[in-house]
Amino acid sequence: MRVALEFFPVLEEWPLLLTGIAWTLLLTAASTFFGLLLGTVCAYLRTQGPEWCRPFIVGYVELIRNTPFIVQLFFIFFALPAAGIRLSAEVASVLAMVINLGAYSADIVRAGIQATPRGQIEAALSLSLTHRQVFTRVVLPPALQRVWPALVSQIIIVMLGSAVCGQISTEELSYAANLIQSRNFRAFEAFIVATVLYLVLSVFVRHFFQWFGRRFVFGASRG
Amino acid sequence: MYLVRRVVEFSIWDILRNLLLAARWTIVLSLIAFVGGGLVGLGLLVVRTTQMRVLQRAVSIYVSLFQGTPLLMQLFLAYFGLALFGVETSAWTAAAIALTLYSSAFLCEIWHGCVQAIPKGQWEAAQSLALNFLEQLRFIVLPQAARIAVPPTVGFLVQVVKGTALASVIGFVELTKAGTMITNATFKPFVVFTCVGLLYFLICYPISAYARKLEGQLHVYSR
Repeated sequence: MRVALEFFPVLEEWPLLLTGIAWTLLLTAASTFFGLLLGTVCAYLRTQGPEWCRPFIVGYVELIRNTPFIVQLFFIFFALPAAGIRLSAEVASVLAMVINLGAYSADIVRAGIQATPRGQIEAALSLSLTHRQVFTRVVLPPALQRVWPALVSQIIIVMLGSAVCGQISTEELSYAANLIQSRNFRAFEAFIVATVLYLVLSVFVRHFFQWFGRRFVFGASRG
Repeated sequence: MYLVRRVVEFSIWDILRNLLLAARWTIVLSLIAFVGGGLVGLGLLVVRTTQMRVLQRAVSIYVSLFQGTPLLMQLFLAYFGLALFGVETSAWTAAAIALTLYSSAFLCEIWHGCVQAIPKGQWEAAQSLALNFLEQLRFIVLPQAARIAVPPTVGFLVQVVKGTALASVIGFVELTKAGTMITNATFKPFVVFTCVGLLYFLICYPISAYARKLEGQLHVYSR
């Protein structure tokens, strides 16, 4: 049979798609910032923190890594209000993404930290740097540089996972595609357009973070 | 009146029992996607290891398409796309097909890495024994690659199980969908989603722990 694809009715709704892209990028940016922060703090506590907090970090990481993102999102959005914590769809989305990225990046950053040569820490301590200075100035920048490719891949995975946030009516890209197909019934075309946009976004975001890492995260420490 | 009484009488055991019944379909769908994806992925791997550049390029593009787009979009495209081409679709077939293709791309990528880790000399030695390409792959390279491929492959099974949660969005009744349905009937989102999360954890954690153990063993052997 003949199948006629018509992309014009979908592309006509470009303001919706543009809003969707903006929301997807905003969600990704916010969750990357807070997620990497959370992951680094967890990695620090896991490797250098007090003994008693390690089981909690391990438990958190394993719990998040072994449950689907959509269940984490639904738990935050649908279950937490029952416990008295009511969040908007957007805040719930960011929170779920932060918690998710935090767990994965904690493990990735930990691997980077543990690969630090012992002598570097000893040398830094012999220069009478405090333990905190040793971590933030000597251990962390090269550790992040070592694992940056893995972190960028994880950020992309979280961004692609954010497509699920449309299910709780966050107006990101997949929500826009759903809205467009409910208006003009061009479902297949709408999702093809959205999928291609996601593909472009993931290429763009990967290049952006590769540049960003070199420029701001570990490149700066090398002068 | 009868309905209202039923709602009140929904105990935690009723919730758990219904979730466990739905968890069967999570497991069945995971196995279909994993086995189907393994078979397709193996075919793609063979195509990718041949010396034909065009085919290699085609498989790499296939892999990056699936890695660079959200699984949710792939599910939507399978769901609406199959209908468009006149195939009678249910959520079942769409989910099975989308997840199989998704798994095949990721498994092909994992295994490709393992094949590339086999020293070139092995191929050349096999060639000098007058084995043809398929024999070289079948008797010399794949058995060695399989040894290092097992841990990441088992680890990927966790991704597949978590991926099936997205099939709930196109209406396939598995664990997550059952969770939202029971929530709508009982108005106990906290209990229900805690149970859903725990069930996923009970399925996934043993698999990821096993994958980690296999990986540890591999490092011991290779020392």
